[in-house]
Amino acid sequence: MDPRTVKIKIDGKEFDAIEGQSLIEAAKNNGFYIPTLCHFKEIYPPLGTCRVCTVNINGKPDTACTRKVFDGMNVEVNTPEVLDNRKAIVEMLFAEGNHYCPACAKSGDCELQRKGYEMGISSSRFPHLFEERPRDFKDDRIFLEHNRCILCKRCVHEVKTNNGENVFYFQNRGHNMRVGMDYEKAKELTDEQVLDAAKLCPVGAIIAKGKCTAKPFGDRKFDIDKQIKWIPSEDLKLDIPKDGKKKIVATTSLAGCFGCHMSLLDIDLGILDILELVEFNKSPLTDIKNFTKQCDIGIIEGGVANSENFEVLKEFRKKCKIVVALGECSVWGGMPAMRNTLPLKDCLEEAYLNSISSENDEKVIPYHEDIPKLLNKVYAVSDIIKIDYFIPGCPPNADHIWKAVKNILFGAGEKVAYEEFKYD
Amino acid sequence: MKYYSVKNERTQLLNYLWDFQKEKGYISDSDIRALSKELGISRIEIEGVISFYHFFKRKPVGKYTIYLNNSMISEIKGFRKIKKALEKETGAVFGGTDPTGTFSLFETSCIGLSDQEPAALINFRPFTGLTPEKIKKIISHLKSGGNIDKIKDEVKDFVRYKNDKGEPVIFGEYKEGEAVLNTVKKRPDEIIAEIKESGLSGRGGAFFPTGLKWEFAKRNGSLQKYIICNADEGEPGTFKDRVLLNQIPGLVLEGMITAGYAIGATKGIIYLRAEYFFLKEKIKQTINRFYEIGLLGQNILGKNFDFDIEVMSGAGAYVCGEETSLIESLEGKRGGPRTKVYFPVEKGYLEKPTVVNNVETFTAVARIMEKGSDFFGKKGTDKTKGTKLLSISGDCKKPGIYEIEWGITVKEMLDLCEASDVNYIQFSGPSGTVLTEKDFNRKICGEDLICGGSIMIFNSKRDVFDILTNFSNFFIAESCGLCTPCRAGNYLIGKRLEKIKNGEATFEEIEELKSWAKVLRDTSRCGLGKTSTNFIVDTVNKFPELFKKKALKEKEFNLEAALNDYYDYVKNN
Ligand SMILES: Cc1cc2nc3c(=O)[nH]c(=O)nc-3n(C[C@H](O)[C@H](O)[C@H](O)COP(=O)(O)O)c2cc1C
Ligand code: SF4
Ligand code: SF4
Ligand code: SF4
Ligand code: FES
Repeated sequence: MDPRTVKIKIDGKEFDAIEGQSLIEAAKNNGFYIPTLCHFKEIYPPLGTCRVCTVNINGKPDTACTRKVFDGMNVEVNTPEVLDNRKAIVEMLFAEGNHYCPACAKSGDCELQRKGYEMGISSSRFPHLFEERPRDFKDDRIFLEHNRCILCKRCVHEVKTNNGENVFYFQNRGHNMRVGMDYEKAKELTDEQVLDAAKLCPVGAIIAKGKCTAKPFGDRKFDIDKQIKWIPSEDLKLDIPKDGKKKIVATTSLAGCFGCHMSLLDIDLGILDILELVEFNKSPLTDIKNFTKQCDIGIIEGGVANSENFEVLKEFRKKCKIVVALGECSVWGGMPAMRNTLPLKDCLEEAYLNSISSENDEKVIPYHEDIPKLLNKVYAVSDIIKIDYFIPGCPPNADHIWKAVKNILFGAGEKVAYEEFKYD
Repeated sequence: MKYYSVKNERTQLLNYLWDFQKEKGYISDSDIRALSKELGISRIEIEGVISFYHFFKRKPVGKYTIYLNNSMISEIKGFRKIKKALEKETGAVFGGTDPTGTFSLFETSCIGLSDQEPAALINFRPFTGLTPEKIKKIISHLKSGGNIDKIKDEVKDFVRYKNDKGEPVIFGEYKEGEAVLNTVKKRPDEIIAEIKESGLSGRGGAFFPTGLKWEFAKRNGSLQKYIICNADEGEPGTFKDRVLLNQIPGLVLEGMITAGYAIGATKGIIYLRAEYFFLKEKIKQTINRFYEIGLLGQNILGKNFDFDIEVMSGAGAYVCGEETSLIESLEGKRGGPRTKVYFPVEKGYLEKPTVVNNVETFTAVARIMEKGSDFFGKKGTDKTKGTKLLSISGDCKKPGIYEIEWGITVKEMLDLCEASDVNYIQFSGPSGTVLTEKDFNRKICGEDLICGGSIMIFNSKRDVFDILTNFSNFFIAESCGLCTPCRAGNYLIGKRLEKIKNGEATFEEIEELKSWAKVLRDTSRCGLGKTSTNFIVDTVNKFPELFKKKALKEKEFNLEAALNDYYDYVKNN
């Protein structure tokens, strides 16, 4: 019997599809991209764990990867509501785990990261949890990095010994759920199977030891096979009046590495154009230490790690009409926030007492009235004050920065291109 | 390892694990190794199944394991005092065992005894109406080597109201065997027609029309089909199924037999939550009697119809009440809900067509068989037929079971149970709706307020934020973890609630919860996540003043608190 053709509707347009075909595929064939994360091929039963593929089917939210087309199926893929639901889920995953992209072997080849870029996520609406998730180095060939695991279930479903026994399986439940590895069964895998497992993992949670860093970071392998239209960022508001006056800009670096400032300078000659339009006040670029006037925009690099960062940030909020968080550290803590999963005591002792670089006679925890006091955690600037705009990246791409700043200051209306989005 | 009738040993994993668990209180590495060999599955898989269920332990526990219910009802009835008393008397700390290895203490989600809280299970025997004095007696009795069965409580069933204004359906007089007798006189399609006519819909909370569900299952040509009785009753505050299984277990069995006859199934399974172990013996005895008098087994009542029923135990997971999780659990797996490519009536237990119904649904079925669809269908409202059992608990004089006719008002219900000071009603469980005085004239029925059965009443002295925290903790503890929104979302929401409770959130941050809740409702994989935030949205909407009072005017950051760790450290070193 011939496969039956059915009529389906996607975002208002009618298409023919083959009965029983998966919705993901039917949509793709007709030029509609539905983002997916846990889905990696058609399997029964579908994993359906991440929920990133949520669409509306005949008015009701459902996941595309678990549904097959049927006659009269009416799918909404790109309504603002559905887009926001999907974005929220990706943001949740970033907030739940500990994703330090610049230090991740999968960066540039990571499906979670890719979803972030596609959706134009510049910060998570959910505060990062920063919970300790001990890493599992025990196996000789596989490193299981729980901080990055998004519990997609791919490995549980797919990675088996030749006898069909599971190497990975979910342990515990709910918030405490983790992937567990069977070390004995893992031994039965060939080297090739280990590499396959690492490739199968959509994020950098399964790492084949010594084999995953062959490629340079940040190469964005996933862009090469890009056949989809990215979803533009809706984050930038274009409501600043154009009155021709030079705008006054202040910048600072809190708990950051000055990398964002370097990136700021990376626009080369473009900076001359910029200087026509803006005047810098307090900033490491001008070496002006204190605000001399009210500013239009304050750009903050770095998160808040100590009492001084806190004071400077408060001052910026007072002196600047618009405050922008620049770079990962500022947006959510970034690399310095790696210490957030540990007690402050452990960090201090490791840094000043126990590390090999501390000289025997200098083993002392710095303390003086005049030096800044460390906070228990590194905070995102938005934990402390209201932030108007977020520019992600470690460091952010120079074009992204200036486009964003121009948009904010002059309503220049330029979109930040997908290629300019990065977290590493 | 082979006493169960369904062959396919992997599916028996939960039973094997229970055997080990009962034998020595925990499941050891060597147990797992043995099972792994025997079943040909990896150890990590077995560990994964064990760690899904709350009652399975991987480390030795004391001679007595005490599970104290931490539901909100328990909390208002003295949970904290009991917890303290238990720690004091046993010398153990919650989550651990005392130095002599005699007592282990754990908290657990609602154990279905809300009408006699605070309550605990000690080695799965019920202990109800606890007071610090009673704890003292129990522990000293056990310490001195006394027999636990001598002092366990008989669970009381308070059936307070049997549709007295009309006539009872469920709690009417029961004549054993009548329903089955009437069933086998008819053809299966006649039975289904009759159930459809009665208008019966599922009593487990989803209210799917029972006759229609059976029709789907009947139409399926498979030779092997299953009937499952959902006795997982995990929604906090509900205990009606417990009472039914204790009072009229035969009626439940007859409903299952009818279902089997109607759809062409020969096997029934009762999935009984582990919290209800104390009911198991009675149910088994009833099953045995049914075999003796020819209501179960081969050629039932002389007809060409065979049907068997067995009881299987859960192991502590609310989500296993969700029908596909329940089926996974019965198959010996982690109790995660399936992706709904097929309904259980198409592919259910062991991939065969399966009808899952609630305990109360089966009792209603049996009544319809006894007395006809009219008897049932004439009761209730236009669209919601029959009667409904409510489990009422909390701040009222008469907690217990109420068989009401659909259509009575909230006020009438409150009068029946003699609740006078009512500030907050958690209606249909934490996954249901919040009601306040403004809702008192609303009707309890599908057209207005549908109700799965749990009614928790809180008076004006109760702190609404305590209620929110308790329910939020419940969903965090019971989320299976399979899907992002429910696993991560409920936890994130819990953190935000904590912030709100401490007066550290702005009003925008409070309002933001509603949009977070929407994400969970829209995108969660199963009903647990979809409904887990109803109580929050309702409470924010219905108690605006309360939240305004708690809210910060603008964002504040507590610098002092964030510096404490540092100062503490430098001071001490
Ligand atoms: C999280 C969750 C928990 C549930 N718990 C129960 C339960 O304890 N008992 C029950 O009968 N149904 C429960 N259900 C509903 C079942 O999935 C199913 O709808 C019901 O057992 C079908 O029987 P019925 O049609 O007779 O109501 C639950 C559903 C969800 C989503
Ligand atoms: S690259 Fe992917 S897995 Fe690695 S930290 Fe970033 S988001 Fe996480
Ligand atoms: S380890 Fe990787 S493949 Fe396995 S569940 Fe985690 S993210 Fe998915
Ligand atoms: S909503 Fe998701 S995480 Fe929650 S219980 Fe259902 S499947 Fe599990
Ligand atoms: S891709 Fe559909 S739920 Fe993960």
